[in-house]
Amino acid sequence: MDGNAPDFAAASRAALADPQLRGNFRRAMDGLMTKRAAQFAEPAEWHGVRALAASVRLRALSKLPELLEKLEENCTRNGITVHWAATTEEANSIALDILHKANAKLVVKGKSMVTEEMHLNAVLEKDGIEVLESDLGEYIVQLDGTMPSHIIMPAIHLNTKQIAHLFKRKIKDAESREDAAYLTDLARRVLRAKFQAADVGMSGVNAAVAETGTLCLIENEGNGRMCTTVPPVHIAFMGLEKVVEKLEDVPPVISLLPRSATGQPITTYVNMISGPRKSGEKDGPREVHLVILDNGRSSIYADPELRDTLRCIRCGACMNHCPVYTKVGGHAYEAPYPGPIGKILVPQIEGLAKRGAMPHACTMCNACVEICPVKIPIVEIMGRLRVEAVKPGGAVKDGGAKASRAEAMVWSGWAAMNASPTAYRIATVAMSRLGNAAPSSLPMLKEWTNVRTKPRFAGRTLHDLARAKGIPDV
Amino acid sequence: MSDARNSILTKLRKTRDAHPLTPPASDFAPIEAKQWADEERLPRIRRLMEAVHTEFIDATEADWPAMLREFLSREGVGSLLYAPATDAGKRLVEGWDAASTTLIPYDRPLEDLKPQLFESIEAGLTTTRGAIAETGSLILWPTADEPRTLSLVPHIHVALLRADALFDTFLQAMREQGWADAMPTNVLLVSGPSKTADIEQTLAYGVHGPKRLVVLVVHP
Ligand code: SF4
Repeated sequence: MDGNAPDFAAASRAALADPQLRGNFRRAMDGLMTKRAAQFAEPAEWHGVRALAASVRLRALSKLPELLEKLEENCTRNGITVHWAATTEEANSIALDILHKANAKLVVKGKSMVTEEMHLNAVLEKDGIEVLESDLGEYIVQLDGTMPSHIIMPAIHLNTKQIAHLFKRKIKDAESREDAAYLTDLARRVLRAKFQAADVGMSGVNAAVAETGTLCLIENEGNGRMCTTVPPVHIAFMGLEKVVEKLEDVPPVISLLPRSATGQPITTYVNMISGPRKSGEKDGPREVHLVILDNGRSSIYADPELRDTLRCIRCGACMNHCPVYTKVGGHAYEAPYPGPIGKILVPQIEGLAKRGAMPHACTMCNACVEICPVKIPIVEIMGRLRVEAVKPGGAVKDGGAKASRAEAMVWSGWAAMNASPTAYRIATVAMSRLGNAAPSSLPMLKEWTNVRTKPRFAGRTLHDLARAKGIPDV
Repeated sequence: MSDARNSILTKLRKTRDAHPLTPPASDFAPIEAKQWADEERLPRIRRLMEAVHTEFIDATEADWPAMLREFLSREGVGSLLYAPATDAGKRLVEGWDAASTTLIPYDRPLEDLKPQLFESIEAGLTTTRGAIAETGSLILWPTADEPRTLSLVPHIHVALLRADALFDTFLQAMREQGWADAMPTNVLLVSGPSKTADIEQTLAYGVHGPKRLVVLVVHP
């Protein structure tokens, strides 16, 4: 194992031993699955809109370089300053530059997974800039000093009681009340003062429209609108795959995203921004910046099979339906994107040396594939990454990093045995006679028997039984 | 940083050309098929929006200012921010009896109004460009006269909705109103008051945006 690679196995063991955490996730995921299912009660509608949304995303990917240029051209015409970043370091320094020029001391942020990917908050704090997450879930997680455990509901791992304790500890004059309405109102009061005072607002982007140079953001709380409307400068961050071709491509995406994510027909706000304050307008930021981040996405794009990863609209439904995610929770992955999409995206961004374990945290049950609103073949990509993890020379960074000589030997032995009838007969007879005598502490076998009973070998092979029934050998 | 730009675009172009992708045609029929009869749209919008705590008041062209005044005084709302240069704003002030609710014109830049806006103004009035039956959403189209924060910062947002400006879907609205030809600085769909479920999935209203959304339906 890589010395500083996150240890998924250890982290998930710890998560599994925490009944509170498991209860919190189980309850939340059950609720989300039920609400989502109610939104897609008509199969014909689901299949039709889903095929449309998938085609919108595929069309965008088929013209990705042209659309990004068009987006840049139209944003620029609208008065938005466009920046390109190959790496998260570059994106962070672009952000710092803008903040320094604006002489910014206080930043308010709406939800942005890309900035989680960049660890932007840590960079800003190191620079002495106060940065405040304003999505309630993100705010809670930030106060708690942890990471989001779900891309849509960042604080889903905590219950009301835990949040009440946290607020009591961290917010001046907070009362100790386990009441969601009280806690929400408390956060409203703290954050309103910050929105008013902030020098810069930051946000993510759910879809950027090349045709019109428009940034679309969806949310329920209004914090996204605050961050993009009230401070004098707005910086939006997007992964380069977030572009769509036409304005008409937005409705299909918006139709599926909230329904898949939280089971609501639409979010409270769909916020479409096409520029800074124009002359004569009374509000809105005077500067709008768009930072387009690559961070490994262009390498994902280069491979025709892996490319499908970039269709994702980040609805989080795959997490809600994942039997592994539901049990271990979001933190066990120690990654900005947990759950099925994280298991295919993060290893491709960060490499298989560090993230080779992630594609194995999957039972291949296909639940995520069935509900993904843009039909990403998540499980196929998972299989591909498993192969690349042990086979050098593939498309993904650090391919072959998980190769093990013992495992390779076992598999080539297995292949040889199955290729020769004689070897197969000898091996199966030997197993049926001696297999049960093998101690469960044998290397490799131990990994299985640690948590399971060793299976018993039958006393007679299938061939023996067939022969006894009078079926001749071929 | 144009280095990054060129290297990203070059790489994307090269690898896409090596493995081009043929997307399936985009068939918008499943969205276009969503249609409601004229008399169904408003009740549907109302049902969907009331389910997320939106309040409705029925009025006519003649009486909406009076209906609004009555609502505000009944609810004890002391101040209403409005857009003085719009037709609705002009209608509003005609004969407004300021005894119960003070009208405050949004007639200067945000910077000059910020403390008042955040700390004392209780309600804001905007128009809409219609509403969408499929999802129960208002279309807000802020302008120089009707700023963005009018519907965002005050605790109560009152939106005027003309009962003859209803669409079936978001797609239909943007097509019929020709959005793609001239997007303004900001367009919004608003489907209820601000809400969150971030604390243990418990729905709570009024987290950052308006705590209450009141739709004043103007029937022809
Ligand atoms: S992979 Fe599919 S289900 Fe998962 S977040 Fe992305 S779009 Fe949603």
